[in-house]
Amino acid sequence: MTDINNSGRDESVQTPGESKEMKTSTTPHSLADVASARVAKAPGSTTLGSGLEARGVHAWFGSKHVLKDVTLDFASGTVTALIGPSGCGKSTFLRTLNRMHEFIPTAALAGEVLLGGKDIYASGTDVTKIRLRIGMVFQKPNPFPSMTIGQNVLSGLKLAQLKVSNTDDLLEECLVRAGLWTEVKDRLGEHASALSGGQQQRLCIARSLAVRPEVLLMDEPCSALDPGSTFRIEQTISELSQTMTIVIVTHNMQQAARVSDYSAFMLSDGGPGELIEVAPTNELFSRPRDKRTEDYVTGRFG
Amino acid sequence: MTSAISQNPMTPKPGKPWEPTLKERSQKILNFFISLGLSFVLLFTTGLNGKLGWFIAFFISFTVVSFIAEFRRAGKPAAQDSLLTSVSRFAITLAVIPIVSILATVAVKGWRGLHWGLFTQDMAQATVNDPIQNGGMLAAIVGTLIMVSLALVFTLPISILTALYLTEIKGKFTRPIRFLVQAMSGVPSIVAGLFILSSVIYPITGERTGLMGALALAILMIPTVARTAEEVLLLIPNDLREAGLALGATQWRTVAMVVVPAVKSGLVTAIILGVARVIGETAPILLVSGGGESTNFNPVSGPMGSIPYYVWKSFQLGGTEESSQRTWAGLLVLILWVLFLFTIARYISSRSQKR
Repeated sequence: MTDINNSGRDESVQTPGESKEMKTSTTPHSLADVASARVAKAPGSTTLGSGLEARGVHAWFGSKHVLKDVTLDFASGTVTALIGPSGCGKSTFLRTLNRMHEFIPTAALAGEVLLGGKDIYASGTDVTKIRLRIGMVFQKPNPFPSMTIGQNVLSGLKLAQLKVSNTDDLLEECLVRAGLWTEVKDRLGEHASALSGGQQQRLCIARSLAVRPEVLLMDEPCSALDPGSTFRIEQTISELSQTMTIVIVTHNMQQAARVSDYSAFMLSDGGPGELIEVAPTNELFSRPRDKRTEDYVTGRFG
Repeated sequence: MTSAISQNPMTPKPGKPWEPTLKERSQKILNFFISLGLSFVLLFTTGLNGKLGWFIAFFISFTVVSFIAEFRRAGKPAAQDSLLTSVSRFAITLAVIPIVSILATVAVKGWRGLHWGLFTQDMAQATVNDPIQNGGMLAAIVGTLIMVSLALVFTLPISILTALYLTEIKGKFTRPIRFLVQAMSGVPSIVAGLFILSSVIYPITGERTGLMGALALAILMIPTVARTAEEVLLLIPNDLREAGLALGATQWRTVAMVVVPAVKSGLVTAIILGVARVIGETAPILLVSGGGESTNFNPVSGPMGSIPYYVWKSFQLGGTEESSQRTWAGLLVLILWVLFLFTIARYISSRSQKR
């Protein structure tokens, strides 16, 4: 009961600033609704994207050191691509950014990840609220099998108990952005498992958009998609980046070049993965400072 | 341009080119009859005799004939393949024979004892040696239904939550509890009965009732349901749990909205397997529910009968043609119940797999 009262107050405090934002920003109305519901649920979050800063992040699985001293800033409203050969710790690093790393029983961690200036690993942090603000798209499509297509898109609202009035608009909005609307608009009541693999992945992207996170982490989201869907997702990333901070792991360097503002190159020489170089994307690809980056982006190894 | 886009306006007829041709099929039928003939030759020329002897002779000749035929058709690997196929067919036949034999015997012998009064009368006014038209199984059927339903009510929350602890919470005690649950599923049913007798009936209630029977059955049911539920929960890929958690849900909301709905049919199967496990239990019922003869709808007072108890009593106290008929009829009703439950379980799980 007290929680609801608190969040109600937070909402009223936020409202004036928010209505100004809505006039100026390109955020559609339905997603803005979700954003304010999320702010009500997780006080301290914003309706716009927040910056994320990794400070000296190390990661282990058991005694194996897999990630060494990664310090990386993701400025608000930018797209950062993480590139590097397989096994260099990109995905592990991505999973430390919204505390999914801790689900692996042997996992260990050192360092800080700051969201809006606060460490998400600080004791007393409500991890569900962190994940509400930092969404994630996984490499393999994982729609909820017991739900219909429509229910899948809106499942985040139910799971996190966000109250949003106009879900029909939201449903369409998210599916359009994920490039799936025309294919599924007449079959929203069917089970998600009736979709093809690529469609399922776009459904998962729509699902993570529907809670309108401040930061969106994408772990090779297009590796199972055909070129048309990939193009649509890349467009969505560009559109979203105005109001959201996006981190994308990709093996496709053309994709990194197309969608990202910054690129970070990671590499493991048999030991733990390390951050080799981070720079604005066009610089990293045209004038890499490190020899290893140059070798990788020009396709000489990896 | 021969490799260009198809010029043929006709759609070809759909076919199944991978299926065996008529020639291959007739070869198989021929093999069967050759080995049938060979088996009789073996039967008359060797020491083998009787049904079992013929069965062994047929198995040997069929294996040899199909081995040779496959060897001639496709060489050594195919012949080895056919050898393995023959041996596994032999094994499955051996496994099925007793089951079919039991079902057939019960059906044939029990069928004659079935009459409408079986479901409307009880044994309060009749003895097991009376004509079959006197008395019936009403008390037994009511007792079984009440005790199994009550046992289900006790079992359901405990076993499902145990399974969720083992698969979702994965606490410090997961390993010992998994071990205990597995060990408990091997507990002899008489032990469950004695446990209730010594821990509840003697020190506390002092009366043998249907509730006590239900408690004993619940002890037998919990490990079965918990283990099956755990197995279906383990089949859920971790990706789904992560997807739910990554959307900002708490663990329990993820379990309730994503994990459990995804295994709903598996959980129903677990429950039905649990019911089928205890519905035929006789020993604990004998010890703790008192085994009443008159129809009793009250589980907390007075003895309560059950179908297996009815069967046991008809057999044990009888000795006439009538009591023997009663026994078979009781068995038939019990087996039909269990078959009915398994059919439902199969139907529910296959329906969800199709989706």
